[in-house]
Amino acid sequence: MPKAPAGTLYRGREGMWSWVAHRITGVLIFFFLFAHVLDTALVRVSPSSYDTVIATYKSPIVNLMEVGLVAAVLFHALNGIRIVLIDFWGSGPRFQRQMLYTELVVWVILVVPGTYYMIKHTIETLFGSAS
Amino acid sequence: MATTIDGAPAPVIEAPRSPRRRPTSSKARTNFELYAWLFMRVSGILLVFLVLGHLFIMNILDGGVQRIGFGFVAGRWASPFWRTWDLLMLVLAELHGTNGLRTVINDYAERPQTRFYLKMLLYVSTSLVVTLGALVIFTFDPNIS
Ligand code: HEM
Repeated sequence: MPKAPAGTLYRGREGMWSWVAHRITGVLIFFFLFAHVLDTALVRVSPSSYDTVIATYKSPIVNLMEVGLVAAVLFHALNGIRIVLIDFWGSGPRFQRQMLYTELVVWVILVVPGTYYMIKHTIETLFGSAS
Repeated sequence: MATTIDGAPAPVIEAPRSPRRRPTSSKARTNFELYAWLFMRVSGILLVFLVLGHLFIMNILDGGVQRIGFGFVAGRWASPFWRTWDLLMLVLAELHGTNGLRTVINDYAERPQTRFYLKMLLYVSTSLVVTLGALVIFTFDPNIS
């Protein structure tokens, strides 16, 4: 069996994987933006056609996909701030790893309550209101 | 001329720090890539507020997506503040994303023709999205039926 090449500072480590995630989320958001401008353009057609597409956004499955989208945007935004700090803050490159882990903690702290508020209504319609 | 044992010409290894040979066409001698790099960072910071604010208002605040409909849009776009917000967000996000995808295409599409057609497709979609989006914001009519 060939031995795996010795790692570098970047390859296979936090730097590379955060780049992979930044790229995937960026492309995902871009494609969503395309669809989203088209569906919003229906406000220029008629109130009922707009309300019809928005109804799909309110359905349980699409609602869950929105949670994924918001989580992806939030990662991309936080990681984008980290990239800017690496590029413009003197000590940025030295703390890039710590900044990534801080970013992931912040991400979890924001995604957990965000998910709760986003799917609250869906849970209530599917399983009945708690109150 | 130096040849290797198998007769193939040896690869040229330039001296360290020798200046990079630039394409001679005058079009290639711009700082476009530098400005694109800077734009990604500046637009990114602005998008933190515009996009995260948008997602928070639309998906989380006050019942989230369940309260959105034509009437909600009409109420928001009655204010120039939100129309400006949405227009700025549209243009910045679309240009930021377009430039990001240009980088991705440059990284993965290797045949010159593939690169060319993928980028043309990208720029056509960019102009479509910016034009349509801006048109909708500028010509929105709350009394349409
Ligand atoms: C929310 C705030 C955002 C921030 C702070 C941000 C920041 C960044 C930064 C700093 C880069 C790296 C550019 C480079 O490496 O030169 C980047 C890349 C990218 N962004 Fe964003 N961005 C944001 C929103 C968006 C949005 C809304 C989209 C989609 C429309 C998007 C799509 C992309 C894409 C496709 C890339 C290229 C990824 C790559 O080359 O690997 N970003 N972003």
